Amino acid sequence: MSHGLSAPVDTDGAGMPDGADIGLRAPGAGTAEGSPAAPEAPVSFVVDLPAYAGPLDLLLSLIRDEKVDIYDIPIAHIAKQFLLRIRVLQLNDAAEYLELAARLLRIKAQMLLPRHGETETWEDPRAELVRRLLEYQQMREVVDILERRGDERRNRFARAYLPESGETVAAPLALSLGELLTAVDRILRVTKEPTVHTVVARTLDVAGAIAMVRHAIAARRTARWSDFVARDAEPWQILSMLLALLELAKQGELRLTQPRPFASVEIEHDTPGEAA
Amino acid sequence: MIPLVKLLEAALFASPRPIPVEELSVLAPDASPAEVASALDTLREHYDVDGHGVELAELGGGWQILTRAEYTEAIERAQLAARPQRLSAAALETLAIIAYRQPIGRTEVEEIRGVAVGSILKSLQERALIDVVGRAEGLGRPLLYGTTSLFLEQFALRHLEELPRADELAIALRPAPQPL
Repeated sequence: MSHGLSAPVDTDGAGMPDGADIGLRAPGAGTAEGSPAAPEAPVSFVVDLPAYAGPLDLLLSLIRDEKVDIYDIPIAHIAKQFLLRIRVLQLNDAAEYLELAARLLRIKAQMLLPRHGETETWEDPRAELVRRLLEYQQMREVVDILERRGDERRNRFARAYLPESGETVAAPLALSLGELLTAVDRILRVTKEPTVHTVVARTLDVAGAIAMVRHAIAARRTARWSDFVARDAEPWQILSMLLALLELAKQGELRLTQPRPFASVEIEHDTPGEAA
Repeated sequence: MIPLVKLLEAALFASPRPIPVEELSVLAPDASPAEVASALDTLREHYDVDGHGVELAELGGGWQILTRAEYTEAIERAQLAARPQRLSAAALETLAIIAYRQPIGRTEVEEIRGVAVGSILKSLQERALIDVVGRAEGLGRPLLYGTTSLFLEQFALRHLEELPRADELAIALRPAPQPL
């Protein structure tokens, strides 16, 4: 088995790598079935979900983790690992990650194409990817610088911190105590006494309603909603009855049916044997 | 201290933003630029040598009095002032690209980062770290972005040239090909 770079026999083809859940196992527990991976690059690994800033970030850290030469990327192996990671990280639906994955697979396919003569001018299909990776890596270096300088400034306070929008701060008002008191007085005179509503809490009597229903059902076996709730019933009575019926139905003591919308609810004693 | 130094100190104390040297010169029309520069040096030395809780920093194209970093934690713990939030990695990446390649359009930033940056550009613009500096020639005349003076200020840079040149970075690049 040769190295993934020029190995024409890659049984996985362009599909998802087999054993994509491998990252969830302990290191070393994964199998290396049919893998063209170099021996120093372990197939299984545990990802501790770092936040990637994008597909290039992911690819770059992959290259770093696998300790491969950025100028000579074993594309088949890296493509496989990339697919593995986006699946483990559940980045499957992130279009940008898929786009790069597709690009990797295309490069992999181009690498497999037969070349006519070794000396002929042949452009490495990885060249563009390498250029982008280096450019990205260089940008990461600048990010490090900016992060350091940003912290330097963050750790020192200016006399007053301006809002970031750069809006000018309004000058404080010049106001005498007398003016302030006059203003307060004016407001107090204008303001009316607040209207106070007294809310009387009416407690629901669910227990009473339950007793009432039980008594009626024991005697007649069937009843109707209208038997219990009069037309002019108070809201608390209606609510108590509703909760009582629902509670009894839940406990399996009775069955509630309503033949059609807005019809009176029919209450039926539920015999234990019937309950299914 | 000579009167000019005291005058500059008062002005720097009053301003929440860095003051460019030209604006400091307006304060003292009689003083030559060299005198202003040397007065600034005197003030900085005064803070450094005599042991003050503040220092004079040159950043964002001007001068500013800042508290010394060693007192930041105590000040923040007492809730007298809060450090601004750090930018996200994605925002920093975008900012880094714009700082180096300005004026630059959205698609070129996306080409380098490999992800869409529309909303990040918007929020960086809202934070006044970048701004539209023009329009590119060509199809659709896309907007071009550049960094602002607030960017320099928040990253403690005197000017853009203080960032290392591209070829000074550890991974020197071959010249970037012209974007399409």
